[in-house]
Amino acid sequence: MEAKQYIGEGWKHAILIVGAIVVLLPFYMMVSMSLKSQQEIQSISGGLIGAQETQTFPVCVKTGYSEEECTMKPYKYNYWFAFEKAPIPRYLMNGVIVTLSIFIIQVLVALPCAYALAKLRFYGREFVFSMVLFCLLIPVHGIALPLYVMLAQAGLVDTYSALILPWTISVFGIFLMRQFFMTVPDELIDAARMDGMGEYAIVWKVMLPTAIPALLAFAIFSVVAHWNDYFWPRMVITGNRDLFTPPLGIREFRGGIDSDEFGPMMASIVTVTVPLIVAFIIAQKRFIEGITLTGMK
Amino acid sequence: MGTISLKNISKSFGSTQVLNNLNVDIQDGEFLTLVGPSGCGKSTLLRIIAGLEQQTSGDVLIDNKNVNKIRASERDLAMVFQSYALYPHLTVRRNLETPLRLRDYNAFERLPLIGNFSPNKKSKTESINQLVNKTSETLQISELLDRKPGQLSGGQRQRVALGRAMVREPVAFLMDEPLSNLDAALRVHMRSELSELHNSLKTTFVYVTHDQAEALTMSSRMAVMIDGNLLQLDTPQEVYDNPSSLSVAQFVGSPKINIFNGSSDSSGTVNFLNVNLKRKSSESNSDLHIGIRPEHLEITNNKDENTFSGTVAYRENLGSDIYFHVNIEDNSKKIIVRGLPQFTHQITNGSSVNIKRDSNKALLFNQTGMRIHFNNAMG
Repeated sequence: MEAKQYIGEGWKHAILIVGAIVVLLPFYMMVSMSLKSQQEIQSISGGLIGAQETQTFPVCVKTGYSEEECTMKPYKYNYWFAFEKAPIPRYLMNGVIVTLSIFIIQVLVALPCAYALAKLRFYGREFVFSMVLFCLLIPVHGIALPLYVMLAQAGLVDTYSALILPWTISVFGIFLMRQFFMTVPDELIDAARMDGMGEYAIVWKVMLPTAIPALLAFAIFSVVAHWNDYFWPRMVITGNRDLFTPPLGIREFRGGIDSDEFGPMMASIVTVTVPLIVAFIIAQKRFIEGITLTGMK
Repeated sequence: MGTISLKNISKSFGSTQVLNNLNVDIQDGEFLTLVGPSGCGKSTLLRIIAGLEQQTSGDVLIDNKNVNKIRASERDLAMVFQSYALYPHLTVRRNLETPLRLRDYNAFERLPLIGNFSPNKKSKTESINQLVNKTSETLQISELLDRKPGQLSGGQRQRVALGRAMVREPVAFLMDEPLSNLDAALRVHMRSELSELHNSLKTTFVYVTHDQAEALTMSSRMAVMIDGNLLQLDTPQEVYDNPSSLSVAQFVGSPKINIFNGSSDSSGTVNFLNVNLKRKSSESNSDLHIGIRPEHLEITNNKDENTFSGTVAYRENLGSDIYFHVNIEDNSKKIIVRGLPQFTHQITNGSSVNIKRDSNKALLFNQTGMRIHFNNAMG
């Protein structure tokens, strides 16, 4: 390779590296702050992990623990206190229950819808599909208040149902799966009909297995969106801390009489973020397949 | 038994008429080919027989039973598709099992895990396994049973698709251009295999193709369809020798039949180019189309009143035969003449040649394309 080409490649990489730094810096700060002591955070010193000097933490003592219990290294304290102060496992479990329920019901609704819109001929199909597209344009926040009022009237505020029900019909999911089903050859469906499958059996036994890449892509969109959602749980979960989802849980560390303590707060954020990152790394390859919609060969 | 009767079948999509009042009787054990150019409605007709499409009017009878209202899966027919349509996520074995599982297991037995507690499931599973093994041995796909369709070649997928149709032992097989995704050599090979399979199964085959060669080689009878109409239904030889109309004559046979414009005089003598036919047309004083197949024309050195001359535009060498595309005066279209290599090797593009025709081979058609017969078989 000639020197010129190296320079050309070098430029590309330099730009990409700058971009990567911009994206990754907040994560670096998050991890770093979850390991350091309050003084180091406030004076912006100590590099990645700080000095890790054993010390006694005043907020901890104020909360009612003995001085001995509150004396330890900062990284340990941050994570220990995060779990002590807020029931983080409970929040994580709520997150899992809510996101999984939403996703499963979304699939149960979206797949038959998408199949009908892609493969069945019926009067008004184009109209229904255009309504689906239209619904994609409506922002959630626009209908949040009416939704809240309806849930309140039904007595569902402060329940899991309030967190799950409004999201069970995913217009995006219907659209994505419909586009994927369009690429499945009609002959495959005819073959299944000749073999004796009914329309529902075709959806679950033929269409679903061929649509796994698209479904995984949708799973990631759906799970990430609802795991990270702060707006909706904040609206419908008004008092019951047992129903807090992880983003609501993080809020526990903000403000209050103890003033802001960033270490435990960042530790809880790391705890909440890690499951998503792990899931993404596992599903990464499939995710990219699904986005590009390679379909069947 | 496996007779299929189609009575006055018509089909239209919106205002487009696709099938026009078709009547076909398919006999038990017959290999019937529906052949025609693409878009003639042959696949639609097959789908109507299968029950995947509903006819606009008319009746479908299978074994003399009206099946208009019966669903595709309950007609006991099996279909082989052009794209094979194997389930991509299942192994070959599961692909073959699927129609049997759906037919033999009841709803409870199909449930995962708890379905296994049904007392009858074990014996049913055994009989399914036996059928799958028998079929895969017949088709020589036993070693492929654990693979997925994506790992198979085109020919192997074709066999698996056939197998999936065969395991159910249906009353009839419906095939929708099953060979057209294969390469030329494999296609010719599969033709003979399909014929052998038909001979050993003795089941009714209804076979759709746009390839007249497939129809001629395999079928016991062929139905020529053009523009939604059934033009002729007869044995391949009869369709080739005695086409009922100009379109059939032009569709069947490769290379295409040569068509000359000519006319008959008051006595019925047919004249075209500078040649008079000895046989008399039954229609006198009219303009006619005269069709002569390439193999009934011959290149000759002698020039007399029965030959006509032209210039070779293109020499098409197929090894066993050579076809000459010849420009004739007064005829805008090129005509095609078959020659044997040993007699015609010195003829090249641009050569002037004399063409002689075999007697008694010309076919007459009137201006609307209908066949006209000669008055007598003489001359």
